[in-house]
Amino acid sequence: MTGNSPQELVEQALEASTADGCVVLVDASTSANLRWANNTLTTNGMMQGSHVTVISTVDGGEGVAASALSRSASSVEEVRALVEAADAAARQAGPAEDAAPLIESDADPTWEAAPESTSIAIFDSFAPALGDAFGRARSDDRLLYGYVEHTVDTIYLGSSTGLRLRHVQPTGHVGITGKSGDLSRSAWVGQSTRDFSDVDALALDAELDRRLGWAKETVALPAGRYDTILPPAAVADLLIYAYWTSSARDAYEGQTVYSKSGGGTRVGERLAKTGVNLYSDPAYPGLQCTPFVTAAASSSVSSVFDNGLPLGRTDWIDDGSLNALAQTRHSAALTGLPVTPAIDNLVMRVDGGTGSLDELVADVERGLLLTCLWYIREVDPQTLLLTGLTRDGVYLVENGEVTGAVNNFRFNESPIDLLERFTAVGETEPSFSREWGDYFPRTATPALRVPDFNMSTVSQAL
Amino acid sequence: MSHDIDANFLALPLRRLADAALQRARDFNVEHADFRLERLRSQSIRLRDGALEGTHDGEDLGFAVRVILDGTWGFAASVELSAEAAIRTTEEAIRVAQVSSAISSERIELAPEPIYDDVQWVSSYEVDPLTIPVSDKVERLADWSHRLLGHDAVAHVSAGLQQVVENKFYADLAGTVTTQQRVRLQPEVTAHGTDEATGRFDSMRTIAPPVGRGWEYLVDGRDWDQELAEIPDLLAEKLAAKSVDAGVLDLVIDPSNLWLVIHESIGHATELDRALGYEANYAGTSFATWDQLGTLTYGSPVMHVTGDRTVEHGLATIGYDDEGVQAQSWDIIKDGVLVGYQLDRRMAQMQGLGRSNGCAFADSPGHIPIQRMANVSLRADLEGPSTDELISRVEDGLYVVGDRSWSIDMQRFNFQFTGQRFFRIRQGKLEGQVRDVAYQSSTTDFWGSMEAVGGPDTWVLGGAFNCGKAQPGQVAPVSHGCPSALFRGVRILNTQAEAGR
Repeated sequence: MTGNSPQELVEQALEASTADGCVVLVDASTSANLRWANNTLTTNGMMQGSHVTVISTVDGGEGVAASALSRSASSVEEVRALVEAADAAARQAGPAEDAAPLIESDADPTWEAAPESTSIAIFDSFAPALGDAFGRARSDDRLLYGYVEHTVDTIYLGSSTGLRLRHVQPTGHVGITGKSGDLSRSAWVGQSTRDFSDVDALALDAELDRRLGWAKETVALPAGRYDTILPPAAVADLLIYAYWTSSARDAYEGQTVYSKSGGGTRVGERLAKTGVNLYSDPAYPGLQCTPFVTAAASSSVSSVFDNGLPLGRTDWIDDGSLNALAQTRHSAALTGLPVTPAIDNLVMRVDGGTGSLDELVADVERGLLLTCLWYIREVDPQTLLLTGLTRDGVYLVENGEVTGAVNNFRFNESPIDLLERFTAVGETEPSFSREWGDYFPRTATPALRVPDFNMSTVSQAL
Repeated sequence: MSHDIDANFLALPLRRLADAALQRARDFNVEHADFRLERLRSQSIRLRDGALEGTHDGEDLGFAVRVILDGTWGFAASVELSAEAAIRTTEEAIRVAQVSSAISSERIELAPEPIYDDVQWVSSYEVDPLTIPVSDKVERLADWSHRLLGHDAVAHVSAGLQQVVENKFYADLAGTVTTQQRVRLQPEVTAHGTDEATGRFDSMRTIAPPVGRGWEYLVDGRDWDQELAEIPDLLAEKLAAKSVDAGVLDLVIDPSNLWLVIHESIGHATELDRALGYEANYAGTSFATWDQLGTLTYGSPVMHVTGDRTVEHGLATIGYDDEGVQAQSWDIIKDGVLVGYQLDRRMAQMQGLGRSNGCAFADSPGHIPIQRMANVSLRADLEGPSTDELISRVEDGLYVVGDRSWSIDMQRFNFQFTGQRFFRIRQGKLEGQVRDVAYQSSTTDFWGSMEAVGGPDTWVLGGAFNCGKAQPGQVAPVSHGCPSALFRGVRILNTQAEAGR
């Protein structure tokens, strides 16, 4: 890559700034992907980007104003123009509600290091194995559809108050859908990864083959409430949404399931069964993420003034009680609760939750085993009632064994209610949400057994 | 007012980079190469209770090179605007094609398209919203917010404005060169309130659609005063409303709600890439399969649906698509029967359709163009009734206004929608709101139950900024026009009962 280094962009921007305060975020990224359908490649790509955000703050007497401007930029000239625009915008803006002193800290010892990167070569092992899987699928009359992506972002955060922070974030994932040649049966597997060393295309294909085999027997079932096992991916599908709606300010102002009747938040209330823990931790092994706040704009859950605030493990639900909601320093002052900014991973762990998905299935006399959920949308914010579909494999479990496949359903359920109603739970393991994983790939969740999961109507979709 | 393309965009080294990239592609004897340089400027402003919550200005500027080498795609993108980077990125696209060839078994060929040598197109708008000072926009949104906050039923107000100015330059080996500019914006205001007696909270949002227009939309683009004035009372009525009885009812659906049903159950279902399985791992497939083209009964005989990229102020309206295909309009459903799909050049060629209808779109310079949605719209009946007349035909039903929650399955059969407000209809008359309503149906059942569509006076162009599709994920803006329409016998759910309350 030519152009200026990210550190030069940060230093030159800070030097060019004429505002009272300045924060500069540079995201140097590279990303490679392959996409396929019907046992052949459909699209691909190799992208290189350099995205710069400049936040200028100006003390206007009535309060501190801020502007936040981002653009693709890889040269000092482009960044200087951005700073000039940001400074002008801050001078024009009115006071910012979330104004707070900019964060200070010691310089990161890795600051001077160059950005890390990926390339299409990351798939040097995966692509030939995928080709072999295509061959197997063709000879077995199966069709494979899927996508792999690997991205490496190197974030540089500098400020006029001395911040010099750097973080390297590798992000990767694979998802494969397998269908029988007549398209009547469908299965899915997905996995998050940091470097593709742990992704085995042929093993994933074998799992699809096993699941398509389960579906050779089919049973039509009507809508109703079913004893249902949600595997870790489906639990992630639901909990990510619950996490995304955990804005402390929205709760405080009476707009979410975390709002207390009569005013305030439900922090401190028991929300789930005893032993349920939901937390984020930037250092969680395998799910490592940015250990400081990066905010390109202010919203109810982020504040540009909080850039660089250190992040540590935060327990959102602790032993069944709501312990924290996503906060900025501003919303924490409003709500009178600790400053607990959002973090880019999510872990659910239940005390005493041990055992694999297969072991949970073994205990079910007659019920359903799901694969994943899809098209999840909020029906009622007060109960956090979500609707959505089961997708790519609803299996009938009889006497502890999968005996066939069932039609898909539309569900109407609240993830918060499920945390109270589940009757069995497995061990926490890395998971990949079908619905949200492309945008929120770092989760670890257990499988849950829910005795009365609400399948509202039958979906004909295969 | 017709605008010129922004001089700052034209001053970028468009031709120089395109020439460098296309020449390098020629060196490898590619069958096809295109170069696309885009600049997307955006601004979002959010207020909470009339105070500024946050602003963000963005500019995404970069270019992409797409090649077909020995029948295989290769794509690469960069943000460094130099001839050297254009050459390097072309070489990267060639390498991506080479790595991909081992797992490609279909030969990529593109449907022919006439050459457009150096054409320009600019969308229809009056005032570029990004030329208006942020303080003016904040003042406008704050005024709107304070009007609502003055009412007892309103506890909090959130307001927002998103604006985008998009410039695209495209050049391909065949000789087409297009340069385009379009503008869009989306204002939204939501009032929140709580019923003190029950503790139930709810909200009421403006139903003004996002549009391909400029700042003039917020000045005199619609009757904002009336829309804002009605919101507090509508919210108060909703908070006090009775919970709906689940069952089967007739529906008169306002365009502010129906556009989204069209989007989900027709727009996506008639994307040919979905019907052919290209989205099977992500967005899903379609029940409207290729073998049913010309025979599938999609809905009742009063159903006529068109695809277009030409309607004035449409969010998917453009002069030329991201493969250099001129914008068109065509039939998708005629007299209730499926007669057309949305296409790109590759699928048009593969299915022997002759020519693409121009639905290739990439949401940013770093993403590959794929088939995205045209403005898919339901035609009004030229002699059709007013909304009031439609309501008068209903003995026992609901009048549905404004979109809220939406969900549909992977093949676009089973869907469930809510709305901003549901009014009870009895004996042809409106009887105030009910709450906790969702309606659920299956696509062909639902459109088959459409007894009547309203006249041209009821027709509104709705739409969204945020249609998601593809991997890596891409977001596209799209409009859908429709009249009010009458549906018989639709399943109604009570969402409190669904939540087990």
